[in-house]
Amino acid sequence: MQRQDDFPERRVQLAALSDAELKERFWQLTEQVVQPLVELARTYTSPSVERSVLLRMGFSSIQAKEIIDKCVEKGMLGKGAGHAVWRLAQLENIAYLEAGRHLAQGAGWDRLQEFWQMGGE
Amino acid sequence: MTLEVDEKLNLNNLLTDLQSYRPRRKGWTWRSRPGTRELGPFTYNQVSEPLKQSCPLPAAKYFNSIDPQPDCVITTEIASGRFEDDIRRMRMAAWHGADHIMVIRTAGQSHFDGLIEGTPEGVGGVPITRKQLRATRKALDWIEDEVGRPINFHSYVSGVAGPEVAVLLAEEGVNGAHQDPQYNVLYRNVNMHRSFVDAAVAKQIMAAAGMAQIDGAHNANATAREAWKVMPELMVQHAINCQYSIMVGMPKDKICLSTVPPTSPPAPCISLDLPYAVALRQLFEGFRFRAQMNTKYMESCTREVTVTHVLNALLSRLTSADIQSTITPDEGRNVPWHYNNIHGVNTAKQALLGLDGLLNMVSLNFDGELGVKVRELKERACLFMEEIIAAGGYFSAVSQSFFVDSGMYPERNGDGIARQINGGVGVGTIVPRDIDYMAPVCDHFGYNALPAGVTKACELIGDCTLCSPDKIVWIDELDKEDNVHCRMAEQEVGRRQGLLQPEVQWHGDGIVCMTMFLPAAERVAEFAAKSIGERMGFEDVEVIHKQIMHPAEGTLVEVKGRIPFAINPAELVIPPVAETLTEDAIRQYVVDHKFKIVAATVGEDEHSVGLREILDIKHGGIERFGIECHYLGTSVPVEKLADAAIELGADAVLASTVISHADIHRLNMRRLHQYCQERGIRDKLIVVCGGTQVTNELAVAEGMDAGFGRGTKGVHVASLLVKRHKELGSDNNEHV
Repeated sequence: MQRQDDFPERRVQLAALSDAELKERFWQLTEQVVQPLVELARTYTSPSVERSVLLRMGFSSIQAKEIIDKCVEKGMLGKGAGHAVWRLAQLENIAYLEAGRHLAQGAGWDRLQEFWQMGGE
Repeated sequence: MTLEVDEKLNLNNLLTDLQSYRPRRKGWTWRSRPGTRELGPFTYNQVSEPLKQSCPLPAAKYFNSIDPQPDCVITTEIASGRFEDDIRRMRMAAWHGADHIMVIRTAGQSHFDGLIEGTPEGVGGVPITRKQLRATRKALDWIEDEVGRPINFHSYVSGVAGPEVAVLLAEEGVNGAHQDPQYNVLYRNVNMHRSFVDAAVAKQIMAAAGMAQIDGAHNANATAREAWKVMPELMVQHAINCQYSIMVGMPKDKICLSTVPPTSPPAPCISLDLPYAVALRQLFEGFRFRAQMNTKYMESCTREVTVTHVLNALLSRLTSADIQSTITPDEGRNVPWHYNNIHGVNTAKQALLGLDGLLNMVSLNFDGELGVKVRELKERACLFMEEIIAAGGYFSAVSQSFFVDSGMYPERNGDGIARQINGGVGVGTIVPRDIDYMAPVCDHFGYNALPAGVTKACELIGDCTLCSPDKIVWIDELDKEDNVHCRMAEQEVGRRQGLLQPEVQWHGDGIVCMTMFLPAAERVAEFAAKSIGERMGFEDVEVIHKQIMHPAEGTLVEVKGRIPFAINPAELVIPPVAETLTEDAIRQYVVDHKFKIVAATVGEDEHSVGLREILDIKHGGIERFGIECHYLGTSVPVEKLADAAIELGADAVLASTVISHADIHRLNMRRLHQYCQERGIRDKLIVVCGGTQVTNELAVAEGMDAGFGRGTKGVHVASLLVKRHKELGSDNNEHV
């Protein structure tokens, strides 16, 4: 878009505001812009977010990548990769690090799929 | 591990047992007790705690060698590509006053979808890996003990692996990072949804680790065609990242705006930059300010860069700065940052100290142009934010190329960066969190359906790595050849033999920089300089700077090249440093022998300060030992000086010769020696000479008993006089 500087006309609505009011308006507008972005982040996840969860659970970066690649492939990222690992450990009654190793090798995903298709009970 | 001042940082010690090293603290540290302080003969208003050990500014020797530390954190940016070389630079920078060490990432890491491991060599920076971070943090822990001040270590949480990198940095005790989702979107073309989803998680992890965050708005300044016109937009970008960070849970005092004065001379920069700096500080009160240098207009002239840097520091003192950044033009010179880092740190320190307390004496005048411009910038920023909302929100605005347009908003030139909402790196990779989405770890942002009764997220797994660092998985190296151990092995022979090569980029790279003036036009000079370098035996000669002195009369050229040999220090003939006698011993000898000298600046030379420093009692000169001094003044012919020595029956003559044009200083010394010989007094008279270009070796070669150069004190001269007097067997008080 190309546009001449029409600041004198546009500023009319702001001209009467005190400095404090102008500042307040600026931050109100900013919050309005940012609010939907925060909401997006609150309700979505990504491969990197989930790898960061696995790292925090004590998996290596290599294991985390292997698990996430398969988690994406199986369409289970929305459950949370850490959840998948933890859930498999519960279902199989094994340590969660071992469950993670299974998932990294491609095992256990069917078990999880079955569990969640059954309504996660 | 205690670093010894006369020992190099031992890399083998650093790498030993690295897998079990833990950072001893987390989080950012500001400088301690900023405010008023007495140091040496002065009172400062804006300084912090002094260092335990440091390298003061060169002129400090005139002021009791004080090394005041400004109140704000000072940054240095390091980018050798090898962490083992980075850490030596960090140690040097810390000694000069840097307490914020920013390591530049290797090119392309922001598009690397995951973490890198090991210590591969980087391009234009270093790959940020666990091993690189841990070794560097460990080295910085040693260095901060050595200088006596906490050092903030800093990297980047950007690109498509932001959350993972944030975890890595938090685990390894990194204290600060760049984090700004807008940077990814605008300059790395990372998909905008992905970038913001990742950023929230990364920010919360950073916040929990107490890290300071620096935003990426300054990049608009460096990118826009007419950078001074993006000021309203810069405020919008700062605000979006600040507000996003706050809503994610980052405290205000850890959110730093990366702000750059938008112009540089020959633009009338203060009149343009000051209103912007003021507007920013008014609108973003409570946040922190990282005053970045303006690098957009920097090319390869180190002098020009220094002036710009000083003007930037002036703005910091006219407004405020919590972190004062430094940078060098070396990138533009194809020379990795090295000793010019230290110059940058010193430029900041020197300028900030020189401007200490400025606002106690001058104040900003808001009644005129400044107040009008400040208000205008804030209004323009406000209007920008309004139009983002009208356009359908941030994502929509980006897709309509709202950002990095070179027009002064609301003016639009149609040259902004447009990114597609459904485009970019990582497009389509975010997914909605299911109703039973769960992440059993601490400091995780967003919806998290933890089982009922769970009060701490990681109790489900018996602690996460942020609570129990022993759960962190250590990967040493993945590449068998591209790693620090192989690089060290290559250098092992040279290191063991103690061979010495100059360096600019890496240990032992053999690179030197050389400056020359050639009386030729630019292009001829450039190629001539290259040829000169090659004929001097340099390899890989490149011109790194050229500047026209006159289109026909000549050009200044700087070249860099590699020398294909090393020096063995053991084979060098290094004259011993003259022993200095104790003041009491000198005084006693002079009492016993009634020592008398005649002194003058010889030739057609009006410099008097140096010699007065050596003579005068008030400057610690030789008079204070009781030596009888007869000062004849300046521009004294050597003959007159020698004749005066005869007339007064002096034990010694002290000649000062400062001008060295056409080797006149050598000639003066030779002439003085010859004249004393002609008068038959040379073997009884001690004849010494001093001057800025005089060395002992040079003076002795011209017939003097000794020579004294820069940094000489009265005690050095008095020691020589006494020792020489003894050698001459003048105990019988026989004068000339």
